[in-house]
Amino acid sequence: MASNRIKNQHLLWRAGFGPMAENAASLDDFPTQKLWELLIETSVKKPAKIEVARSLSDGLVKGVGEVIRLEKKSPENKDMKKKRRMENKEGIASLNLMWLDTMINSEAQLREKMSFFWHGHFATRVINSYFQQELLQIIRENALGNFGELLRAVSKSPTMLQFLNNQQNKKGHPNENFAREVMELFTMGRGHYTEDDIKEAARAFTGWGFNMQGEFVFRRQVHDEGNKTVLGKSGPFDGDDILAILLSKKETAQFITRKIYRFLVNENIDESRVKSLADDFYQSGYEILPLLNAIFTSDWFYDEKNIGSKIKSPIELLAGIRRYLPMSLDNDEAQMLFQKVLGQVLFYPPNVAGWPGGTSWIDSTSLMVRLQVPQVYSAKEAISLTPKIDDDLAMGTKMEETVRINRNKAYINRGGAADIEWDLIFKAFEKVKRPGLVEAISLSLIQSPKTVSADIITRFSDESSREAFIKSAVINILSTPEYQMC
Amino acid sequence: MLFKRREFIQTGSLASASLMLPKFLKAFENKQLVPPGNKVMVVIQFSGGNDGLNTVIPINNDIYYKERPRLGIPAANALSLTSDAGLNPALTAFKELYDNGNLSILNSVGYPNPDRSHFRSMDIWQSASNANEYVSTGWVGRYLDAQCKGCDKPTQAVEIDDMLSLALKGNSQKGLAFTDPRRLYSSSNENFYKEISNHHEQSEAAVDYLYKTMRDTISSAKYIFEQSKLRPSAQTYPSTKLAANLKTIASLIMSDINTKVYYVSLGSFDTHINQAAQQTRLFTELNDAIKAFTADLKKNNRFDDVLIMTFSEFGRRVSQNASNGTDHGTANNMFFIGGNLKQKGLINAMPNLGDLNSGDLKHQVDFKAVYATLLHNWLNADDETILGKKYPYLDFV
Repeated sequence: MASNRIKNQHLLWRAGFGPMAENAASLDDFPTQKLWELLIETSVKKPAKIEVARSLSDGLVKGVGEVIRLEKKSPENKDMKKKRRMENKEGIASLNLMWLDTMINSEAQLREKMSFFWHGHFATRVINSYFQQELLQIIRENALGNFGELLRAVSKSPTMLQFLNNQQNKKGHPNENFAREVMELFTMGRGHYTEDDIKEAARAFTGWGFNMQGEFVFRRQVHDEGNKTVLGKSGPFDGDDILAILLSKKETAQFITRKIYRFLVNENIDESRVKSLADDFYQSGYEILPLLNAIFTSDWFYDEKNIGSKIKSPIELLAGIRRYLPMSLDNDEAQMLFQKVLGQVLFYPPNVAGWPGGTSWIDSTSLMVRLQVPQVYSAKEAISLTPKIDDDLAMGTKMEETVRINRNKAYINRGGAADIEWDLIFKAFEKVKRPGLVEAISLSLIQSPKTVSADIITRFSDESSREAFIKSAVINILSTPEYQMC
Repeated sequence: MLFKRREFIQTGSLASASLMLPKFLKAFENKQLVPPGNKVMVVIQFSGGNDGLNTVIPINNDIYYKERPRLGIPAANALSLTSDAGLNPALTAFKELYDNGNLSILNSVGYPNPDRSHFRSMDIWQSASNANEYVSTGWVGRYLDAQCKGCDKPTQAVEIDDMLSLALKGNSQKGLAFTDPRRLYSSSNENFYKEISNHHEQSEAAVDYLYKTMRDTISSAKYIFEQSKLRPSAQTYPSTKLAANLKTIASLIMSDINTKVYYVSLGSFDTHINQAAQQTRLFTELNDAIKAFTADLKKNNRFDDVLIMTFSEFGRRVSQNASNGTDHGTANNMFFIGGNLKQKGLINAMPNLGDLNSGDLKHQVDFKAVYATLLHNWLNADDETILGKKYPYLDFV
């Protein structure tokens, strides 16, 4: 059976972004149930907004398609549009880094962790910093609340309306994109509806759009008022009616619970557990916190097979390192570069299905970069990597390429690294005698039952002083495959 | 106070490194890995959506010149192929390949319900999925899954890049990405990594997977580095990135490495604004690199066993836009280059500009049929398993 420390760390990794070194000493004895209560307590209050743009016109613009259309109309405004596009890109980059900082520093660990889950569930790629900022706030406010409310709010957000083309969904010319994905990816999952259900539901969503202020509007004149038949029910449905029908289906509770289980517990599903959790989730009317409570207070969550069984996503890895090792970064480039090269950039999921997760994070290149991340942070070791161009962002300008090259030069020159507050680490282990040091550090970092032997870590560590030894041992342990797991 | 990992590594030096080689590395030594005459494929991805109509130009088509009053390339400037088709003036080496029967062109390649987002459409091309499904593996990756079950040489598909593309990710096997064999070797050849992987004992499945990936990387890096030095290319290549990447590929093709698929990208072809200058710049880089690469392969008698394929995530609109560029379109052409083509020159008709789908070309050939052909006819693989469906074979290889 796992020790109390490992259980506590298991909870902190799954319900948050991992333990902090300064707490390392107290995790041996702290009751796990109390830790869970603390996680709830620190996450209850409404989150402060992460703000990069005050209004739509402030950070402005619309998405890529819109920009092209505008450009066609007024080519003379090209430079202005280009400027705005860059501003939006930078706006989203700021949003990205500010949220990552929040994941690392906020005490509302549970809220940010679940927001991260919903961010991948309701995956959108829209190059509009205001829209993305507003959607992030919807997600963070509802992350622990009611799934139905979250679904309704996300569905009516300009980000989603634009990303899945509902702005173009009009009576007589239905666009089925949103109707399809809301069933396939956001609620029931494949296999529980027909193509006709999608066609009919798309008619119900006609007229859902947004205005120039970035607010939801129901455009009655383009809404199809006729009768629709969706999943066996008939009526002159609108979009809200369809969402209600989807929520009335048990398949929705099962689909969401399964996905949460995979995210929080184990990639390998225990079907009977998921079924019983999903039944309760459905009965509660989709209350998220009680579902999380059932998971994190269960005995089986702390079974050995669930501990250390998940490969950390790049965001979990990067946030986890910085939570354990408090640091001030020389610049933000490294944070963006690592996200790109490791394959997970916040606000840029690969497609509407989100990040696939699991072993898909790992290939030869990404693994070797993962192992080098702690060294780059700690040793100011330069790393020269060129991420792939994102053409949806670059929009055909040569800017992206230039920025990319300059960035790398700057990055190499500056070292792209950090000053780590090692004193906190020294303090955390001050009571541990030298022979037990590697083992103690290892236990605070590694969740797998087997780990790299203290002998190897010691041989590759700097034994010139206690401080140097702790530093090098921490970095070595962070640079192991085992640390990729949580 | 700062320190570097390399400063506190104490055991092992380069001199003693060979004594510390793990067993699995030794398996590679002194062994002829592949028989000569081994067929390989080189994929060149045009990122950003290359404008196919200004690549293979319909020089005899009034609609083309009407829709592109400023951007259309006059027949007199195009490199003439047939009475209907000419090549972009920058592609002189391609014209020469065409004249020698080493180039074929397939027009109107695409897929139903085309997506105009770069990322999504590239996803569809790389995963070989339909427009309405989301697949998290790539077609070359699934080729690895099928070919490489239980094999200990995970170097069958490599990408010359700092990041591995979805195309090369399979369910159980993944390709390897690197830009420089030497850098790959030096970054993975740390004693710390070797030491921990040597001492790893069986553990949870996911941890074992990480260790397997690490061991594969260390051994592949060494294997690739050594192979790349075996017969270094004597050919002079231009000093562009693509040329350097193709030179790396050439040096591996001349070696005895077991690599079957090479993958490399060029971009960005996203020419919304002032297309002519940007496309010319990229095509010049492409043309000069291909010229050196094909000359190198010919000189070393490898040209017959190499097939180069180019593709882009979509073509562009038929009409030019107001910024002397073109916007995202749909169907596009593909090039195939090699010494052993069964159908040379234009494989099918030029696109029909009189029959458009709201301003965009209609596709005539599903790109998955091209993949099926390459997998089956060239790589001798089970295309149906890899693509999940039987597609009709084309006859160009």
